[in-house]
Amino acid sequence: MSNASKILLPSRRRMLVGTGKLALSAGAVALLGSQSWAQAMRTANSGDVAILNVAVGLEYEGINAYAIALKSGLLKGNAIKAATKFQDDHKRHNDALIATIRKLGGEPVKERTEAEYAKALNVDRLKSQDDVLDLAARLELGATNAYLGVIPSFKDPQLAKIAGRLAADEAAHWALLNFDLGRPFMAALGFGA
Amino acid sequence: MLWTHRTVALFALVYAAGAQAEGDAGHGQRLFESRCIACHSIESNRVGPALRGVFGRRAGAAPGYDYSVAVSSSKLVWTARNLDRWLTNPEQLIPGQRMGYRVDDANDRADLIAYLRAATPGRSP
Repeated sequence: MSNASKILLPSRRRMLVGTGKLALSAGAVALLGSQSWAQAMRTANSGDVAILNVAVGLEYEGINAYAIALKSGLLKGNAIKAATKFQDDHKRHNDALIATIRKLGGEPVKERTEAEYAKALNVDRLKSQDDVLDLAARLELGATNAYLGVIPSFKDPQLAKIAGRLAADEAAHWALLNFDLGRPFMAALGFGA
Repeated sequence: MLWTHRTVALFALVYAAGAQAEGDAGHGQRLFESRCIACHSIESNRVGPALRGVFGRRAGAAPGYDYSVAVSSSKLVWTARNLDRWLTNPEQLIPGQRMGYRVDDANDRADLIAYLRAATPGRSP
């Protein structure tokens, strides 16, 4: 059983959350620790699921962007290692997000084709490793700020905390890509600003 | 005295409307490229709809994008004021929307709106 689908709850009590919210089954919200699931069950609602699904869309785009990058032949050496690691991180994010959406009774959005992502990201213009790293850095910065930006919109504070953790991963990706591109460091309090 | 108060109030309204319409499109572009770019581009539908031509466009009308029922059935037009309200709190403006992202700073919103206006040539709010 993957970490993303591991059941952490001690209890199997079914809870109904009421009008406008979701019927939640006993079990863990995949992304949360055992002490947080109870709060998630009480406070998560369909709006939270919608935000989580936006995150799934983001992660699918990131996964496919790195797939395109790795297939491009433009990356060399450590850039390949980084792209592979970052793609794997996005896959882990997505597995956990999808499991959480399902635990909350929602339906995760579907992945598009790689060709659709390639067209939307205009990858034909990528001619060098730096072009690829620049695209990756922009997407990672955008993802960091997106996760930070949706935190106030979550009804469930535990999911908001998870958004912070996801933002931290994306920020770490951005920082390494930015450094490799030889660009200035982010100013203090720059993310989400 | 009453005329003076009304005149002052009128000038205040005109000033406020003008201030809302103004904004630094250059800074707005930088904000767009750091905060919005995860989901949006000007030219392509991605996680969010393409934003070319959004200014003055009816909500839910970017060709080819799968909008939420809430947005596609709203009767909003993306004016400067409605964009400002949307960026302040999307769920409050259109309950059931899927964006969820907020821009808390009024100046940042004005700058983003100025950039989006510039990306919509020929439109007025």
